[in-house]
Amino acid sequence: MTIWNRSNSPLFTIVLLLVLVVSACSGGASKEITIDGSSTVFPIAEVVAEEFRKENPGVQIPIGISGTGGGFKRFVNGETDISGASRAIKDSEREEAAENGIEFTEFSIAFDGLSVVMHPTNEFAKCLTVDELKAIWEPGSEINNWNQVREGFPDKKLRLYGPDTDSGTFDYFTHAINGEEDSSRSDYTASSDDNVLVQGVSGDQGSMGYFGFAYYTFNKDSLNLLAVDDGSGCISPTLETINDGTYKPLSRPMFIYVNNASFESQDMRDFITYFLKNAGELSELVGYVGLPQEDYISQLALIK
Amino acid sequence: MNDSSSTKMKGSSHSMRIWRDRVFVAGFVMAVLIGVAGLFALMFDVLLDGLPFLDFDFLTSYSSWEPHKAGILGPLGGTLWIVALTALFTIPIGVGTAIYLEEFASKSRLNRLIELNIANLAGVPSVIYGLLGLAMFVQFLFNGSRNVTAGALTMTLLVLPIVVIASQEAIRAVPSSYRDAAYAMGANRWQVVKSVVLPQAMPGMMSGIILALSRAIGESAPILIISSLVVVAFIPTSPDSAFTVLPLQIFTWIGHQNPDFRGIAAAAIVVLLVVLLSMNGVAIWIRSKYQTRPDQ
Repeated sequence: MTIWNRSNSPLFTIVLLLVLVVSACSGGASKEITIDGSSTVFPIAEVVAEEFRKENPGVQIPIGISGTGGGFKRFVNGETDISGASRAIKDSEREEAAENGIEFTEFSIAFDGLSVVMHPTNEFAKCLTVDELKAIWEPGSEINNWNQVREGFPDKKLRLYGPDTDSGTFDYFTHAINGEEDSSRSDYTASSDDNVLVQGVSGDQGSMGYFGFAYYTFNKDSLNLLAVDDGSGCISPTLETINDGTYKPLSRPMFIYVNNASFESQDMRDFITYFLKNAGELSELVGYVGLPQEDYISQLALIK
Repeated sequence: MNDSSSTKMKGSSHSMRIWRDRVFVAGFVMAVLIGVAGLFALMFDVLLDGLPFLDFDFLTSYSSWEPHKAGILGPLGGTLWIVALTALFTIPIGVGTAIYLEEFASKSRLNRLIELNIANLAGVPSVIYGLLGLAMFVQFLFNGSRNVTAGALTMTLLVLPIVVIASQEAIRAVPSSYRDAAYAMGANRWQVVKSVVLPQAMPGMMSGIILALSRAIGESAPILIISSLVVVAFIPTSPDSAFTVLPLQIFTWIGHQNPDFRGIAAAAIVVLLVVLLSMNGVAIWIRSKYQTRPDQ
């Protein structure tokens, strides 16, 4: 009996502690707004949610990063309230939502300029035309040396880095450059983590890669930005050229999609109102470009 | 001629053996040093990056988009929930399985097959358990809700084999003379298990359980699939609450567009290491404190 008591005590204490912890933490239902989707939209959602919570501490806003496509998979099942997207919703996703009885509203919240970047020591390729980019990235492309890109470029191995196929950035880039969504050569280093791409490009002298403007903004020193010529001269992505749309064809709007059923909650209406009123200012803090203010105001009417 | 050559051989093989002995000792020491040096290099690097961010505020504030304001309260709370619930599910099932297999089950072919499978389950990659948990708990049991209970149940599946195997070994280490003595006094099987085997096996089982739970703390792959959340500015309030855990938060911060978050990630790694090391410390402490010699 004594042995039993003495040896049993740690287990007993731990179980008791667990029961206490579990019971102490239970209770008190909380209001939640669930956001998932694009890793490109994530920084904006993160900053807006945090600033909103400073005024509305009772509302909880967990955020996930499943990618634009991954986020929509959950959104069309009604699992999330808001889905961040770096491209517009596809017809197939629209149909799935309709099948599940999910109605939604689209809001554009900021601009991004897809940035094509190279190793900082690359001095010869300052500007490429859309056709040259297409020749590099199109399916079946056999360009693997810079001297194949344009006559006069040095003999240097070209290695490519880009987002994986689940990414909205990939969808948009392939649409804008290759002319067809999702059609791309596949022999490049693909990652859903943009920092992996930054590391790859900045550590490889013959590199080229593309990702959202924010990742360039935070890593300016280790990357070289490429200007893109769409037939009307070489334009680099900057806050101005992205905002006024002269950085073509790689400027893109970013969206959030809101489940209409979620608008029943006052917190949700407040949050989206706050989102639209502040996204312009806040998105620039995290490396994106806000829409003209009147575009936000006009979207307020969409809140149901 | 014959004699002298054999003594010569003997002499050379003797020095050869000493030499060989030294080479192997040196090799083993090298092996230890490489492991320890790797560990220290990692610790040093992480401490160097993380220490500037480690303060009380870091432990008591939530994640933020501004690196100097970011803290780990949300994932820390989630991790504690996962550990508590996993322990709650794992201990009775794991210990119960071990008791059955060691004390009650006959050594039939079926039971040996079960034991073999438990041992094999311990080697399944953790991400597989994540997918299993997503299908079985999140989709089927909780109807799409990615809550902390689903996470803990997944972790339970992951660490259960470890707990079963450790508990079995602890039970096996109890001398059979103890059981015989108890039977001789007229105890039945359950009484023997309850009053003789379990108390004796407890220290071994406890350290196995704690080591298994620290594995659950360190896992990120299954939770990435189950939780999918990376910013959680609250501590879960109930078993059906959404959650995130420390390894997942570290993973997110390392991938953050703002490179300053890498220091924050290092600070979170330090916290995770402290939690893990103190749990291992507790396991060692329990083992040494409660370990009784059989003749006592």
